[in-house]
Amino acid sequence: MTSTIKKHNTTLGTRLRGSFFLVSLLAIVLSLIVGGLLIAVTDEETAKAAKYLFAAPGDTLSAAWKAAAGAYAAMFRGAIFNYQAESFTGMIKPITETLTMATPLITAALGVALAFRAGLFNIGAQGQLIIGAVLAGYIGFTLNLPWPLHILLVVLAAALGGALWGGIVGLLKARTGAHEVIVTIMLNYVAVYLLAFLLSTPMMQRPGSNDPVSQIIHDSAKYPLIFGPDFRVHFGLILGLLATWGVWWLLERSTLGFELKAVGANPSASRTAGINTTRVTILAMVLAGALAGMAGASQVSGTEHFVVGGVAASIGFDAITVALLGRSRPLGVLVAALLFGAFRAGGVAMQTQTGTPIDIVLVVQSLIVLFIAAPPLVRSIFGMNARKARAAAADDSKNTTPTPPSGTVTSGSTL
Amino acid sequence: MRIIKRKAGMAASILGISALVLSGCGAAPEASTSSSSAPTVDYTACMVSDEGGFDDKSFNQASYEGLVKAQTDLGVKINKAESNSATDMKPNIESMVSAGCDIVATAGFNIGDATLEAAKKYPEVNFAIVDYGYKTLPANLRSLSYNTDEAAFLAGYSAAAYSKTGKVGTFGGAEIPTVTIFMEGFLQGVNHFNEVKNKDVKVVGWGSSKSFVNDFTDTVKARQISDNLLADGVDVIMPVAGPLGQTAVDAVNESASTTDAVVWVDTDGFDYAKNGKDAVLTSVIKEMGKTVEESIEMGLNDKFKSEAYVGTLSNGGVSLSPFHNFADKVPADLQSEVDALKQDIIDGKIKMSAAK
Repeated sequence: MTSTIKKHNTTLGTRLRGSFFLVSLLAIVLSLIVGGLLIAVTDEETAKAAKYLFAAPGDTLSAAWKAAAGAYAAMFRGAIFNYQAESFTGMIKPITETLTMATPLITAALGVALAFRAGLFNIGAQGQLIIGAVLAGYIGFTLNLPWPLHILLVVLAAALGGALWGGIVGLLKARTGAHEVIVTIMLNYVAVYLLAFLLSTPMMQRPGSNDPVSQIIHDSAKYPLIFGPDFRVHFGLILGLLATWGVWWLLERSTLGFELKAVGANPSASRTAGINTTRVTILAMVLAGALAGMAGASQVSGTEHFVVGGVAASIGFDAITVALLGRSRPLGVLVAALLFGAFRAGGVAMQTQTGTPIDIVLVVQSLIVLFIAAPPLVRSIFGMNARKARAAAADDSKNTTPTPPSGTVTSGSTL
Repeated sequence: MRIIKRKAGMAASILGISALVLSGCGAAPEASTSSSSAPTVDYTACMVSDEGGFDDKSFNQASYEGLVKAQTDLGVKINKAESNSATDMKPNIESMVSAGCDIVATAGFNIGDATLEAAKKYPEVNFAIVDYGYKTLPANLRSLSYNTDEAAFLAGYSAAAYSKTGKVGTFGGAEIPTVTIFMEGFLQGVNHFNEVKNKDVKVVGWGSSKSFVNDFTDTVKARQISDNLLADGVDVIMPVAGPLGQTAVDAVNESASTTDAVVWVDTDGFDYAKNGKDAVLTSVIKEMGKTVEESIEMGLNDKFKSEAYVGTLSNGGVSLSPFHNFADKVPADLQSEVDALKQDIIDGKIKMSAAK
């Protein structure tokens, strides 16, 4: 008896998760199609051919197809595997670029996801990342320490900086009820302008220069390159993978994670149940900040090696998208970050090889999120009628006898 | 009334649709064998922008125009990559090198380190960077900077001579050296005018006070600064803020006084500023495009020179534009005075004190 129920429940669970996976996949396909249309429409050759659309419609269509297919082929060559390269290094370089671009996104998005799970809409990854980068840079170029110690200190400082920036938010939220969205947005501004100010002071500014650029960090403060000097993949990626596992363990296996999710689901009920919501809220933001701060270390110690005003790029904001796309699940976040890394790496090649504006990549990214946020839209476009499916599911449940929930049934991993 | 409106709407839509249809009615071009007009040479010049993009109305755009000019003048192939953020710059340069570029041009301090790193890594490719300098240059890197204070000095002198209110103003996009050097030169030019003519023309926005937008995109704030300067009695404004310079032109055009004017920077505002023909007194020209094109030509002819090029009044890298429509509105002797000052600066009789 129990065995059949267990089976039924898991299939339902996988079906639900599978359907979300399917919707995500279809959303990606759909946005690639729309992106392809945009590429075709903005393409000069296509525009030229469109002038005599009725005289030779084939020309326009083939030009449009060539533009879109060419752009996506270039994107593939830039993000996964370059089959046109002459050397093996050149062939596998794209996939390593994807990993490099994804590295800071992984940890930053994990931070955002963790806060989401605790019911906190953390917009502040950007600010936390900047503070992390500032501290990583400062420790990186001021101290002179042997290699493993120095880099360790850099990562710790970055995480602490981010944790502080996130902790402020948690504290204000928990103690005063300040809304975390407003607080994080404002702290983003504070971080941006603090960085701009610091870059104009002798404390950070490169000696002999009036430009707002920091000194270059020492070699001992750089992440080791995993695949040698030909590739930019650095140790931050390993830390990102460890962090993914760590966040999964925290959420699914630890008491704090349980409390965190409980507070996220219903703070009043959790308080009644005896959970210290103040502590949980603060801790969630501290951890989220630390993860975002680590992304700052990845930027400074991994790829850029110095601090400028734009050191954080748009990673902190992309992280929100990645966390949403990954449904705030650690593994989902990892996959989504890799996807976004691939888009960024591919966008570079797309731009240089086919002249397609890199903005198209941003459009595709945004469309993915848009479609994922509206599953019924995707379902109706692809003829997956939700009502019919639901009716079928209801029919299905009628046939099985309801049973009391058992421990084995509910403790499925959500990884 | 409503019927008319609807009819008008219908007519408009019919017109629109027919335009759409007609636009697709051209004759197909006959298949022709490729016979390009300009003889293209086997040399590719490329450019990687920083976050500003190629439409920043500032160094990225100016350098890119040099690239395009090289394409038409020299027949080289060109390629460009726009960086959306700091993380894009290194991959973009790498991508350009692997796409077979012979010379890669970049602009600004944001991309300075990435350019140097790439120059060291790829000694067979030439690099040129606008508005940035290094302590030591590898043999394949050329840095292009400009003593814009020399030309701005002339602009400051002219503005002071033209001013009816005895107050001239300036504002910058951000307090960075490539911006403040204009403002400092402008201030010194005004001070020189006061000394020579025993006048007391004031400068607002640099010197005793500082005014900055803090970015190069906030048109609302830039317009506010321009309006405030005009309200303060300033009648000549020099905006040093890339695309935001247009807001000063708009403010001057819309102001009650007909004598207000703008000193444009980077390009000749007479041609480049929108509605600038009767608003731009003069322009401090920084020949970024020309020097980028020169660098490309050097590379093309195997004469690439690794040097820290500095554009001056003497070598024509910076200059003051003619007064154009203001020629008869400025004091009669001004043009000759400016020419004499220019010669004095070239001869070293007038020295610029370092911008601080």
